[in-house]
Amino acid sequence: MYYKARSYKIFYAFNFAFLLIMSVTCILPLVHIFAVSLSAQAPANANLVGLWPKGFNIEAYKQTFSNPNFMRSIGVSIERVVLGTGIGMAVTVLTAYPLSKMHLRFRGRALYTWFFVFTMLFNGGLIPTYIVVQKMGLMNSIWALVLPGAVSAWNMVLMMNFFRNVPREIEEAATIDGANHFRTLLSIYLPLSLPSLATLSLFTMVAHWNSWFDGMIYLTDAPKWPLSTLLQTIVVTQDFSKINLQPEDVKLISNATVKASQIFIGAIPILLVYPFLQKYFVKGMVLGSVKG
Amino acid sequence: MNLNKKTSNMMRMWQLHVMLIPGIVLAVIFLYLPMFGLVISFQDFKPWLGFFDSPWVGLDNFRRMLDREDSLQVIRNTFFIAGLKIIFGLFVPFIFSLLLNELRHIFFKRMVQTLVYLPHFMSWVILGGILINMLGTSGPVNQLLGSWFGLDPIPFLVQGDWFRFTVIASDIWKEFGFGTILFLAALTAVNPALYEAAEMDGAGRWQQTMHVTIPAVTPIVVVLGTLSLGSILNAGFDQIFNLYNALVYDKGDIIDTFAYRVALLQTQFGFGTAIGMFKALISFVLIVVAYRMAYKFANYRIF
Repeated sequence: MYYKARSYKIFYAFNFAFLLIMSVTCILPLVHIFAVSLSAQAPANANLVGLWPKGFNIEAYKQTFSNPNFMRSIGVSIERVVLGTGIGMAVTVLTAYPLSKMHLRFRGRALYTWFFVFTMLFNGGLIPTYIVVQKMGLMNSIWALVLPGAVSAWNMVLMMNFFRNVPREIEEAATIDGANHFRTLLSIYLPLSLPSLATLSLFTMVAHWNSWFDGMIYLTDAPKWPLSTLLQTIVVTQDFSKINLQPEDVKLISNATVKASQIFIGAIPILLVYPFLQKYFVKGMVLGSVKG
Repeated sequence: MNLNKKTSNMMRMWQLHVMLIPGIVLAVIFLYLPMFGLVISFQDFKPWLGFFDSPWVGLDNFRRMLDREDSLQVIRNTFFIAGLKIIFGLFVPFIFSLLLNELRHIFFKRMVQTLVYLPHFMSWVILGGILINMLGTSGPVNQLLGSWFGLDPIPFLVQGDWFRFTVIASDIWKEFGFGTILFLAALTAVNPALYEAAEMDGAGRWQQTMHVTIPAVTPIVVVLGTLSLGSILNAGFDQIFNLYNALVYDKGDIIDTFAYRVALLQTQFGFGTAIGMFKALISFVLIVVAYRMAYKFANYRIF
């Protein structure tokens, strides 16, 4: 067997070490920022903290959690994740179901499909979309974060492919028992594609939690910002042109440990759903990307 | 009977049309209306005049784009950064998955798999915040390089060429786990009998890799490579926006960030839209060509 050869054993040892280093690299930045957030101010401000806290304390988290702006932005983020995922998934499911009906004589199916697929190929881009959102009167409303991205052709195509795997016989049985399409979708298709629904929902949730740019351009009132936008503007790029800085705010942002704690809190929800993402990830990914 | 069946079929069909209504309404408003909004790239658009009353300027905005040194530089930067991201973004995961596939310690293999795609799910806001902190001239990375190798601080984020390097490397770092999983799925699908046969013929592991593994996964590499053609102008807005600063605009500014600045910050809407449209059109053509090619040569299709 090849793996008994001496040269292979040497290769294996190097390979093992290399892969170990590479995978540790993937979490080091998070460990670093976590260490900074738990350190004393002086070493953190002097950039002396590596991967282990210096002068351990949780003062930064106390300050962050007592900052009303920060807490409010978490609320906005949660609201947006719930609304965005709910509406996005509803639209995806409702659209994918009819488009998956290849065997029925559903007139216009090809046309509808192209109508949606075309949006994957071409888009109006930043400025026209911005103007449309503005003209719809959505500026400074949470709907500006939810509605423009509600239709995702990519999710639709994925869902459509999942729906196609539902055996047609079950659907026919339901039809004979008198179920209409809404009923079939609700009682047959949704329960049968629960794993894929969960996958897409998780991906949508992560996308909503992470997006910051729409909040930055559509919400001119800083108090309405979701967490990602707040982090992007105040913590990362330190652009204070859009907020009224209070003296206590200045203290918060000039402080490396508090900054680090805010960034780390922004990452926590992702870390929490990560095990679930992972569970469905490979399946969903492979299906979505390379389908024979 | 036949007629009856037909009418009941018709009765059921309207429900399918109804289901599509919410998606169509939202798509028309937020995806198709903006496409018509692209007319402002032929206008000297003034928000208070709107689409209909803004003065028409023909192709002036496009001419300006090709005349201005800064917009040409931005287009070059975009091609350069996106091109290298595509190339390395294909080969790094490919090599990595080959190496990972060699592991026989199942637990360790799982652990590596779990760790490497964590960054993929983090936003560039979070990662940008961390990287700015780590890669600063006095940050931990430069401190380490200084104390281990005696290097002078490297201007990762404040000097043009280093900035390009940082952008490409950090993007590969963030995304290689995602690609690795894909390739690994293809690797595990290789028929074990092929390896046994190769073994019988006296092939060592290196030869097995060269003659069994690589040919088996080449099609998926080619498909992914072809499809990524469509993103040759996607240099990564989120990433660059969160990492860049005025010091590196010459080498690090890309079409998307440039369009954002000229349009929404300097309110040159027409000019900004023209650049955006330039990008959208080229991408459109490339995506269509790429999907045609992938379909023709590898029978790939998305649905």
